[in-house]
Formats: sequence, C-alpha cells, structure tokens
Amino acid sequence: MKAILALADGTVFEGQQFGATGETVGEVVFNTSMTGYQEVLTDPSYNGQIVTMTYPLIGNYGCNEADIESIGPQVEGFVVREYSAYHSNWRSKWSLDTYLAENDIIGIQNIDTRALTRRLRVHGVMNGCLATEDVDGNLDAASLVEKAQAWHGLVGWDLVQRVTCPNPYAWNQHPSSSAGLQSGNSTPSENAKYRVVAMDFGIKYNILRQLTEHGCEVQVVPAKTTAEEILAAEPDGVFLSNGPGDPMPLDYAIKTVQELLGKKPVFGICLGHQLLGLALGGETYKLKFGHRGANQPVKHFETDQVEITSQNHGFCVDIDSLPNTVDITHINLNDDTLEGIQHREYPVFSVQYHPEASPGPHDASYLFSRFTQMMEKN
Amino acid sequence: MPKRTDIEKILIIGSGAIIIGQACEFDYSGTQACKALKEEGYQIVLVNSNPATIMTDPDFADRTYVEPITADTVELVIEKERPHALLPTLGGQTALNVSVKLAESGVLGKYNVELIGAKLPAIQKAEDRALFKQAMEKIGLSVPTSGIAHSLQDAIALIDQIGFPAIIRPAFTLGGTGGGIAYNIEEYQKMVTTGLALSPINELLIEESIIGWKEFELEVMRDGADNVVIICSIENVDPMGVHTGDSITVAPIQTLTDKEYQEMRDSAIKIIREIGVDTGGSNIQFAVDPKTGKQVVIEMNPRVSRSSALASKATGFPIAKIAAKLAVGYNLDEIPNDITAETPACFEPTIDYVVVKIPRWAFEKFQGTDETLTTQMKSVGEAMSIGGTFKEALQKGLRSLETGWFGFDNHPLEKIPISELSSKLTIPNVERLFYIKSALKRGMSIDEIYGYTHIDPFFLYNLQEIVDFENNLEVSMDRPFIENGDQTDSKSVSLLRQAKQFGFSDRQLSDIFDVPENQVRELRKKIGIEATYKTVDTCAAEFEAETPYYYSTCSSEDEVRPTDKEKIMILGGGPNRIGQGIEFDYCCVHAAMALKTDGFETIMVNSNPETVSTDYDTSDRLYFEPLTCEDVLNIYDKEKPNGVIVQFGGQTPLNLANALQEAGVPIIGTSPEDISRSENRQLFKEVLDEIDLMQPPNGTATSSEEAVPIAASLGYPVIVRPSFVLGGRAMQIVYDEKLLQEYMDSAVQASPEHPVLIDKYLEEAIEVDVDAISDGQITVIGGIMEHIEEAGVHSGDSDCVLPPYTLVDEQIDQLKECTYALAKALNVCGLMNVQYAIKNDEIYVLEVNPRASRTVPFVSKAIGVPLAKLAARVMAGKTLKELNFTNEIVPEYFSVKAPVFPFNRFPGANSRLGPEMKSTGEVMGIDTDVSRAFAKAQKACGYTLPLKGNAFISVRNKDKRAVIFIAKKLTDMGFDLIATHGTAKVLLRNGMDVELVYSIGKGRPTIHDYIKNHAVDLIINTPTGDLHRTNELLIRQMAIEHDIPIFSTIPGAAAAVNAIDALQRGEISVSPLQDYHK
Repeated sequence: MKAILALADGTVFEGQQFGATGETVGEVVFNTSMTGYQEVLTDPSYNGQIVTMTYPLIGNYGCNEADIESIGPQVEGFVVREYSAYHSNWRSKWSLDTYLAENDIIGIQNIDTRALTRRLRVHGVMNGCLATEDVDGNLDAASLVEKAQAWHGLVGWDLVQRVTCPNPYAWNQHPSSSAGLQSGNSTPSENAKYRVVAMDFGIKYNILRQLTEHGCEVQVVPAKTTAEEILAAEPDGVFLSNGPGDPMPLDYAIKTVQELLGKKPVFGICLGHQLLGLALGGETYKLKFGHRGANQPVKHFETDQVEITSQNHGFCVDIDSLPNTVDITHINLNDDTLEGIQHREYPVFSVQYHPEASPGPHDASYLFSRFTQMMEKN
Repeated sequence: MPKRTDIEKILIIGSGAIIIGQACEFDYSGTQACKALKEEGYQIVLVNSNPATIMTDPDFADRTYVEPITADTVELVIEKERPHALLPTLGGQTALNVSVKLAESGVLGKYNVELIGAKLPAIQKAEDRALFKQAMEKIGLSVPTSGIAHSLQDAIALIDQIGFPAIIRPAFTLGGTGGGIAYNIEEYQKMVTTGLALSPINELLIEESIIGWKEFELEVMRDGADNVVIICSIENVDPMGVHTGDSITVAPIQTLTDKEYQEMRDSAIKIIREIGVDTGGSNIQFAVDPKTGKQVVIEMNPRVSRSSALASKATGFPIAKIAAKLAVGYNLDEIPNDITAETPACFEPTIDYVVVKIPRWAFEKFQGTDETLTTQMKSVGEAMSIGGTFKEALQKGLRSLETGWFGFDNHPLEKIPISELSSKLTIPNVERLFYIKSALKRGMSIDEIYGYTHIDPFFLYNLQEIVDFENNLEVSMDRPFIENGDQTDSKSVSLLRQAKQFGFSDRQLSDIFDVPENQVRELRKKIGIEATYKTVDTCAAEFEAETPYYYSTCSSEDEVRPTDKEKIMILGGGPNRIGQGIEFDYCCVHAAMALKTDGFETIMVNSNPETVSTDYDTSDRLYFEPLTCEDVLNIYDKEKPNGVIVQFGGQTPLNLANALQEAGVPIIGTSPEDISRSENRQLFKEVLDEIDLMQPPNGTATSSEEAVPIAASLGYPVIVRPSFVLGGRAMQIVYDEKLLQEYMDSAVQASPEHPVLIDKYLEEAIEVDVDAISDGQITVIGGIMEHIEEAGVHSGDSDCVLPPYTLVDEQIDQLKECTYALAKALNVCGLMNVQYAIKNDEIYVLEVNPRASRTVPFVSKAIGVPLAKLAARVMAGKTLKELNFTNEIVPEYFSVKAPVFPFNRFPGANSRLGPEMKSTGEVMGIDTDVSRAFAKAQKACGYTLPLKGNAFISVRNKDKRAVIFIAKKLTDMGFDLIATHGTAKVLLRNGMDVELVYSIGKGRPTIHDYIKNHAVDLIINTPTGDLHRTNELLIRQMAIEHDIPIFSTIPGAAAAVNAIDALQRGEISVSPLQDYHK
C-alpha cells in the first residue's frame, strides 16, 4: 500500500506502508543507531515524534518481548529505507510489521532516508504528516503538507502527561522487571540496599533494571508527584527520568526538583537532567536537529576519558546559563554541548545522555554506581 | 596527550611481496602511516622488499630500504639508521613476526629501539594460542574447547577430548596458513604435521569445531588514555568453517539485536585491554551460536589487518592513519575526523548503506588442487561494493568481481541433480552463491538451504527476493514498454526502478528482456532512472562531509555536485587477481598525484578496498564503484571529465575502452584503435611488417581443425593461447599434436570471435622486457630488463635484471631502435611495454602492450624516475621535453625482480612454470653487484640461499654440458653434490665427487628421502620435454613444502651459484633508495 511522509516545508516522500495504516502527525527526527530499533520504538522520549532510522535495513532481527523499553511502541510513525519482512534471530518473536500493526504504529518504507536526514540536518527537525492510502486508494500529498504545517509542534507542549505512569508502583512487581538479556549479575530485590523514588517522565525500563542491578529498590511515581510526597516515602535517593519533548512547560516537575535539592541525593538522565538544569536556574533551548544515536562521544572531565554514548534529545541545557553552584562534568565532543553536571554542595548530578544504553554502548554504566555511592555517603 | 617529542626517527616495516592473505592492504596501511607520521615531523625509515608499493616511493619515507624483510637484514638497517622506535603493527603478519624476532633476540634492546603501538608481551599474548586462551578465560569470555600441541603426540592426545571435526590453527601464521579442518585421524595427522612445520614456533591450537555458527568481526581502536572505540562491525555471510578472507562479508552486522551487539562490543573492549595493545587497531573475531546466541571469541589480530582496510573503506574512517598517530602519543579525541572536519576521531562511525565484500579466487590457475573453501585462505583478491540495500550491494559486488557475472546470475550448471546440488550447497566452494540461486529457482525452501549451508536465513531471504523479483520481471514486464519507454506506463516504470533498486545491472536486464544492453540504458535514461550518488561520511549524514567519497544507489536524491574544473578520470584495476594487482594500482595512484600537481581535478573509480587508489585522499573525488561499462558511463555522465585514462588499471579498463569511446567518452593517451592494433594479431602483423620487425612464426586458428596444420607448419613446440588475455591465462607450450588436440578440446573454446593464437616457441631464447614512455614525438626508454629464465616462462613469473647483465651494446641498441619504431608506429602516448626474445642474435617481438605494465613500478624504483607520473602528464598534454625527461637513465647498480608464488596454498596443483602466470607478487633486490642483488631478491622471496651443504642436481640431456660449470663452482665453494644417474655420470667424468641417488621409481634412496631427511639445501632440476613429468613436479612440490631453493633453468641455477659465491665473499650491506638515486 502506498504511503506518504509530508514535511511542513512541502517536501513529500512517497513510499510503501508497513505496520499500521491511517494518518499521524509528529516531529520528524532521525536516529543514527545501526541496531536497537525496537528499543528506539519503545522509548517514551520519542513520543510525539516520527522517527526515521538512518541505517537502511530495519526489521532484520524481528522484535521480542525482552527488548521493550516501556509499555509498547511510543513513536508516532516509523520511517525506513527497507523493511525486512524476514526476521532472523533466536530471540525473535514477531516481525516488525506485525509488532507495529498490533500497536497501531504506521510505518513507511522504500524512501530515500538519507535525503530526508540531510534535509533535517540542514533545515532542522520539522513537523511532518505520515499517512497511508484510504479505502478508495486516495492519498493527497498537498493536504498532508497542510496538516504538517498546521500541527503545533513540540515546543511548549507537556508531552510527559502522555507517558508518565498514572499511579505509583514498585518496579520489582512490574512484569517487565525480570525480562531482558542482561549481564546476569542482577541483584535480587530482597538484597536491595537503597530505596529510590524514580520520577517517571517517560522512564525507560533499562534504567529501572540498571538501578535494580545496582542494589536499588525502586518506587516509580507519576511526574506530578510533589516533593512532599516523595520525601514522605523516605527514599535514600531520587531519580529523575528521561522523557519526551520540551522541559520548559513542566513547571510542576521543576518545582519538585527545586524542593528536593539538598534534601536527598538526586540523579537525572536526559529530560531529568534538563529539569535539574532548569531547577538550578539554568535555561534550555531546542537543538537544530538533536542528538539521536549510539555513537556520540562524550568527554568525562574527571577521568579525561571519552565515553561513546547513547543519546536521544532535542532540547539541551544552555551551558552558559548554569549558575556557578554546579560543575560541568561531561561535554559532547561533536558540538561542545553540555552532557553532564554536578552540584558543588549537594549530592546532585545528572547527564544528558543515556548511561542505561539500550540501545547503545555500556561505556557510562558507572554512573549508576556513582548514584549508589552518593546514597551510601548521604 | 600530545605527540611524543622524545622520539624523532621511526622505523616502519612493510609486508613484502603480495601473497595470499597479505596483499596491497598493507601498502595502503603503510602508506597512510608514513604520510601521517611524516606530517607530524618524524623521520621515517622504511623497510619493504616490494617495489610495487606506493610506500616505497622515495618521497614517502626519508630513508627507503628496498631490502628483504628478515630479522638479520632489518638489523642491518637498524644498525645503520639507529631509529628510536619501531612501529610493528602496520605491515601485516610479516612485519609483526620480524619485529617479534628482533625484540626477542635482543636486537631492539641492543640498539635502544622502542616498540610502539604494541609491546612484545601484548603481541605474544594475542598471537600465542595458549596465552590468548588463558587471557580470555581470565576475563570471563568463552573460547571454543581447545588445546595446544607442540608435537604430533600432543595432538593425538588432545583429539580424544576435542573430537572430530577438529580445527587446526598454527600459531603466528598468516591467513590460516597450514590450518584446516580434519574430519578423520588420517587427515588430522597430516594437517598437524604440516601445521607444526609452518608455525614459526611449532605450535598448534587444536580447536573444537563450531562449523555453522555465525561469524562476526569487530574492528577496535584504543589510545594511550585507554579510550576504546569500535570502528566497524562485520558479519560473515559464510558461517564458521570458511576463512573470513574467503567469506562474503557484510558491514555492518545485520542479524544481531542491540543487546547481542553490545555484549560483543563489551567483550571486544575487555579483550583489547586485557591483551594490552597500547594504541592502534585490532581485529577481533567472534562466533555466535544461532540457536542460543552464545558468543565465543575466536581470535584477535593485534595489528592492522585486511579487515581493517575493508573497515576503513567501508566507513571512511582511516584506521591505519589514526593508528599511526596514536602510536606517537596522540589520543583519539585530539585527532580530527577528516571527513567531517569539525568532529573528533574519537567516536564510532555509523553508516547508512550496506557494504558487501566478495573474494576473488584463482583456482583456474592451480588445477588439481582441492577447491573446497576452508579455514585456510585461498582467495587472491576481493571486491567491495556499497549499496542502499544488501541486495543492491551484493549485485554490485558480484559484477565488480569481473569474473563474468553481471550480478546474482544463473549458474551454468543450474540443472544438476539435486543430490549434487545439495553437496554444492553443503561443501563451501567458490560458486556456492550461484548454486543457492539454482536451489531457490527450483523451489527449495530457505529452511532447507539453511540446513545445507548454515548461511543465515536473513541473507537467504534477500537472495530469494532477488530471484522472485527476477521471475516477476520476466513475466510482468510489458514488452512494448521495453521498446517505446512509455513514461505513462507507471507499472512498468516502477518495475524497472525496483529492478535497479535491487541492484540489477543493465546487462542482466538486457539478458532478461533479450535486447542489447545499450537499449536498456536508453530506456532507463528516457524514463529518468539514473544512478544517484551518495557520500560515505562516517556519520550517516549527521554532519556535513568534507571528503568527496561516493557510491551509487538507486534513490531519489543525488548529492554530488560536479565542479566545472578541468578534470581527468582514472579507471582502476578492480579486484586483485594473478596478473593484475598492486602494480596497476600503483600506476593509477601516480596518475592521480601527478595530474593533481598539474592542476587537474582527479576522479578515481575502483572497486578494490585493499588499495591506495581507493583512499579518499589519493584523488580529488573517489567513486567506489564496479568497473563495468554501465557504472563507468554513469559516472562519466555525471562528472563529464575532460579525459579518461584507461591505460593504467591493467586489462580491466582497457576492456572497456572501445565501448566507452563509442559512447563518446574522451579516452586520453594512446587511442583504443592503436591499442587494438597491438592486440589484434592481423593488425599487429601489419604494424611489424611496416617497420620491418620480426615476430616468431605464427598463425591464428578459429577451430581445432585449423590449429593442427598451422602448428605442423610452424613446427613443434608451439605456444598456444586465446587472444586477448591477461597474465597468460590458458597459455601453454605444446610439444606435439596430441597435446595440441587436448588443449584445443579442453582448455579453450575456439571460435571466429575468439580465435586461438599459435606461435612458434623459440627454445632457449633470451627474453627481454622493455618499458618506455612516449609523448608522440619522442620515446624514452624507461628500462631494459633481461630475464634470467629463458623465453617461455611468463614475464610475470621470471626473475629479471635491470640493466641487462649479459646483453652486449649492439643488442641493447637494437632493442632500443625497435622500441622507438614500435612506439611511433602505434602512436603511443603514455607508457608502452614490449617483450622481446633474442635467439641466434635475432630480435623477435613477442608482445607489445601500449599501456602501463606490471614492471613500471619496478623500473621507476630502479632508475629513480616516476614513469607513471610522467606518462599521466604526457597523456594530459605535456611533452617529455617540458617534463625534462628526454634521456634514458642506465643505473650503475643492478636491480633484480623476483616473483613469489602461492603454491604452498594449493597442494596438488601443477607448480611448473610456463607461459601462464602463477605468481601473486614480486620483490626487488638492489646492489652494485648483480649476484648480490639476485641473492637479496631470493632472500626477500623467502629463499635464503645456502652457503654450504648438499646440492642436488638432475638436468635434462641438453643441459648436461652447461651444468658442468655450475656443479664445478658448487664443489669449489664447498658444496657436496648429489645427482641422479645420468647427471652424476657426467659430473664424475668431469672430475667431481658425486653421491648418487636413484631416479624416482628406480630404487631407494631417491631425492625424496633426502629432502625428507633435510639432507638437501639446494636443488637444480631442469625439466625434460615430457609434459607429464610427474617426478619433476613431485620434486618441485616437496622443495616448496620444505622451503628449499629450487632452480629449474640453467640460467637461474647459474645466477644462484654466482649469488652464493658473492654471499660467501662478503656480508650483504643495505642502502636506501635515496642513496642509489643520488
């Protein structure tokens, strides 16, 4: 079936549908990871976005139950050069087509994804509309362009409310807590040494798995949970999760973070890092085309070493806006943007990238130990 | 850390002659290293015996030693140059092994030379099978069950716990030399014995077979700050059991989830740290059980490898260059990524295309050997292709091979019985892919094919898609559309577009549609389906690319913006093969360098990932594309260069010359018409008649019936060959009518389009090669090379000497005059090579090639003039006078070129030398004394001439007179003689002591017993006229197996004996090219 991806600047890519049918709008972004499409699809940080993979062959190893990062696929739409109908891997359970169709995600294939990526790089990410033919075989490119142009976009939109958990829950009770091909040194929760409250702005399961492996018993709470409620649970530390979209409209979360500072050890990842930056008085801005991939070099000043990191963010904390109460711990070597901070007085630190990987390299997994050490000391 | 200032002079060791498993990839890596370190201000001392390399060009290092890469010779260089450091990791296994020897023997310590990149313990830990296994177990990684054997007894003891099939891997050997898979005890004992002999430390790893597991490779780099990055991941289409050099491979990995890939990545990082490679690149191989995902480590190369070259070309990340910079102290984040210019080299390249590498074999030249692909590498070259999908890349790769496939074609034996087909699928072989196509076409399921091949179903499915599409195309393509190209026929237009997306070549489509190829091209153009070009940029378009490195794919956007500069396109030589290899790449690289200096924009087209020509900074623009008419024309249409050079890349571009010219492409240099005049027998005869030159009496036969009377009238022996061949393919000397019949019936299919050429064979003539350059006005001799072996041995397989060592001035003058006349008659513009035979003071022209020849780099190094550069500039309009090259240079020293053969890889193959070329590479020996130069060349080939011991002599009757002097000299030098009956009698009569051995089959002991008892140090054995000389072949084979120097011609033996004499008289000294060229 024919499908079209129309961009707000009027560019139209015509290809074939796979997965679900219908019509959707979102911000069109590209991810440069060569593996890990299922983790990308299920990362809540992609909520509101139509994701294109720059690697051309997608679907090769199918989909399985262990490689999900949240309740299910989160992207608005999925764009690939060639979808592989055959899936070959010992863990594979479904084809990507089936997986997307069952989760009502529209996929489009056989388009020049490099041309699309170059457009996004040059002109910045833009809104797009992805649609498949209707029952009569109609598909009008011009109207799709209009729909893309009419869409409000991500800036100023509270997307977290679409992905945060409705109610608090204990991670070790969660069905996905035991799944996954992990390193095998997972600590059973009865041996957990630290009680952690994780604020769920769209949290990835692998963060929760990593915290568990590092001896944490994790209580996941909705994004609007107040500092008072969190402190009442008497945690050893508070984790601020990743999540989709613009951090600016999340004033409730910024307030909560501000109130937690100095009271409990805090560790933030991605959106959690941005919220911490804002809570500390910094500012955020939107990157032209974001960082999405598994090969971003990040320098860690403490060791002077470079970590290859997994990233997924469209917004960024302005490095110059930070107060002198924080140290810059990590920086991106590609564009010198901020990747990590640490408070000089409080046991508080955060990184913009994804030490939990999934997908991506494990170079930065030491950060979870750093969090537990902080909890140990404080 | 910034670069080190405590070292100033660095020794780099190359990899020597091109051999199987070690080809021009190490010229690529060594050249990059020389450039990178020179750029940093270091003085470079280089040792490499291979004259056809770019790295041995005198401007790439400060001191260039074209000397044998052996520990004792390198020690002389160290003694003379006193380098502060030795970089051992860029010259393949050869450089690594010599460096280990120098370190272990204390030479490096004695002269205070530091090993940089990898220290001795790290090299030992990676290369020594036992230490490596221990190291892996220490860091908690799995390796296949295995044990170490230092003797046959050890090996027999091990086999009980390991079981059959068992893999035998000798330590410290190259490309799996001496290794194999044994299925029974007999095979096992044989392989263990050979393996022990070939391992320099007599050590084998006997390993449990995990044949059928998936095989993967990671290219890893580490810097001094312990930053580790993965440059490229590679998946082998052929599963475990086939050497990775013989496997079709794909980058990046296709069938691992991120979880599995990251597990492998973590292991690789642990491994490089545990082994302790300080800085630089390593290649690590893994196997994965397809049923459970279990990962095991197979091996690690603590150095830049063939896969690193592939990874560099596949990603655009220059591994060798970066490795060199890391070795002198830089960290990865201090080095910029050339391609993006704005980001650092400390990252992991991500690619947005699919890369396929396909090996090219030469079994047709080694008939009689087992063609099964195993853990011992047998391919001689490879093609790489880049496409938007696996299907597109695979089909491009197959046509890049230039072996007659135009893509995923039908196998001629498509209809073989199913039982035979299943064995073709099960036992890995050169054409397995095409047998898979046969299987798919007859409806065999992917599961069943997987059962036979263990090739991952993902790849099989992609092959199935191609087959299904082809079937669909045959049925559904609208006939009138093919004729009229009706653009409104959207179904046909989209079908044709999809065909191109699936990588079908115009040629394949023309076969399917049954129309001429150019009709498909016109049809495509009419409906607007053109090749589009994209950039290899290391980052999947995340950053803008500064380097113009392109590939074609059928897509919607073309990124390439041609400039309006004056530009020249150079067509490369494609995958290495016997007869066409690094020498031609050398010429192409020189053309690019020279034309750049003349202000042209240079455009390189090539498909060989091992080469310097496909480095992104060799030319201004690089198109990594197949060298077929379609692909070249597409680039031409895009770039519209002012001229195209076809005479530097060997036969590959020459074969395209006529078609390109017909399509309006401006070929510069000698015209295709004149090239044809030199190649077409009839036309060439006219040329020679015109200028009154002789050629051996000859005739042309278009059928067997014609051949017999022609040969009879010429008189036997005659040389027969198909017209238009390279490297003497299927060329033979035949001694009688019966053999002629055999040849005509089996070896060639003669026809009016493909006639067979029959020449009178001039026995015992002296063969001479002449390279010359002409600008159309004047012709200057580059070099005159006198062959040591008589005419009849292919010039690529002969030793030769420059300047001539036995010819007299009159003969040399005559040769020059002939060459001038030929250049004029053929309107040569550029390079020309002529082969002459001199018999009874008469000069015969054997062959003229108005193009770059295999000897151009050798001659250039010998005379100190870059002939290929001059030729390129001449082709682009300069005169030799303007270039200040009007006088021939005759050096006062001697340069000897010697060939290197791959017979040790092909047991059972006929190893006799003849008109068909069989060598894979060559070395050069230079000295003021011709005998010492010859000795150096022999040594560089791996044959150390003995200074004492036993010499075995057995010669045919007509050589018995000549051998007396040789034998006498040997006894004078203290050798003991062993000879067979006839020869012994002659020697005895001439007053020499001789130990008699029996001819084979006539009693014991024979020479075989002596060889096996290590009681022979030198063999002189000239062939009799009998073609089925099995005894002689056996002797050759055993000599090869036991590394005993063997000479099969009287002139060769005489040269060897003189060389031994020279060696006895004094130590060999070493001098750099820079001193010779002064």
